[in-house]
Amino acid sequence: MTFFNDWVEYFPDLLGGLGVSLQLTLVTLLMGLPAGLVLALGAGSKNRIVRVVSIGVIEVGRGTPALVVLQLFYFGLPSAGMTLTSFVAASLALAFTTAAYTSEIIRGGLQAVPNGEVEAAHALGMGRGDILRFVVIPQGVRIAIPPLMGFAIMVFQATSLAYTIAMPELMSQAYSIGSITFRYLSILTLAGLMYALITIPASSLSNFVEHRLARHR
Amino acid sequence: MEHLAVVAQGVSMTLLLTLSSLLFGAIGGVPLALGRRSRIALVRFIARALIELLRGIPPLAWLFIIYFGVGTGVIELSSFAAAVIGFGLVSSAYMAEIYRGGLTAIHEGQWEASDALGLSRAATLITVIGPQVLRVSIPAAATFAIGLLKDSSVASVIGVQDTIYWASHESTVSGDAIVPFLWAAGLYVAMTIPCAWATRLLDAKLRKRVAR
Repeated sequence: MTFFNDWVEYFPDLLGGLGVSLQLTLVTLLMGLPAGLVLALGAGSKNRIVRVVSIGVIEVGRGTPALVVLQLFYFGLPSAGMTLTSFVAASLALAFTTAAYTSEIIRGGLQAVPNGEVEAAHALGMGRGDILRFVVIPQGVRIAIPPLMGFAIMVFQATSLAYTIAMPELMSQAYSIGSITFRYLSILTLAGLMYALITIPASSLSNFVEHRLARHR
Repeated sequence: MEHLAVVAQGVSMTLLLTLSSLLFGAIGGVPLALGRRSRIALVRFIARALIELLRGIPPLAWLFIIYFGVGTGVIELSSFAAAVIGFGLVSSAYMAEIYRGGLTAIHEGQWEASDALGLSRAATLITVIGPQVLRVSIPAAATFAIGLLKDSSVASVIGVQDTIYWASHESTVSGDAIVPFLWAAGLYVAMTIPCAWATRLLDAKLRKRVAR
């Protein structure tokens, strides 16, 4: 039963790592989702320059692997005069990728708001800003919630990449315990299961929310 | 420009790893997808649990489990083999869900017609349903493949010499921590664009040969 003994012994250490992973997920989403909304609005803007820049940022953000962005932020920015801690670098890099991906999800949601609603708001004499704020965004974001939840789960999985920049999240904790004790298989398996323990219930929750929201349409 | 030649050395490895894992997943996804539709509840449960676990654990964790966990204790594995197995397993789960979506898109009448013609369940799957599912699955599979191409960069962590591996290498050697990574980013974007274009072409071509 060495497997089980290892699990009991090292679970507290890994739990600390899981906490760091969750914190990183939260900070990434708090920065990435508003940025995604801004990019989504920018990509639909009437101003050509705003539109081209937004679409450019989205395409670059979606085309580049998160790992490349992460390395660029952590190793590249110090040589441009900005030294970031691994937590800041990881959250900025993942937030950039998150913003690019979620902008497409949010844009889909905004487009799903019936055009008649916008016309009705116009007819009531609302300005463009008010229409966005009170009519389009609240409904569009609501439609986008289930896929955004799905994406949040992917962000949580992607925090494992922060292992490469020496951040003490779940994966690096597991690896360093493994390299000290040579119990790679049991420790890494436990770490994997701890990820699954969060992601599997979270994806059932997102399915549930999707069905719940679909009921009213 | 001198960095580009070094970083570009990894492009063939990125493509090889992506294609091998995709092939692994395209084949491995079939039993999982069929398992989810099995008449035996236990088989359905096992297939479902496997898919959830494969998708719920980050690819990096799978690579570590296979390369360090299995690879040091049980059998010796090269980093490339470990990466193909890891990404292949994860791809199997995603492909299974894509096939499952494809299966539901096939009209019920196709099964009934095959039944009426006296085809066995296996023959129906292989000759009637299977080819149509593959056809319907192509757009979703292509989107997944493009994601996989970018995710494959994770394999550099266990020492697979792909595009980002060479970018890190070049940045350490030359002391330039920005330009090699920008080249890597550019190369990944450049690899995904033809993939997207090729799949659109393939999709249009296959669409013509399918009765609607």
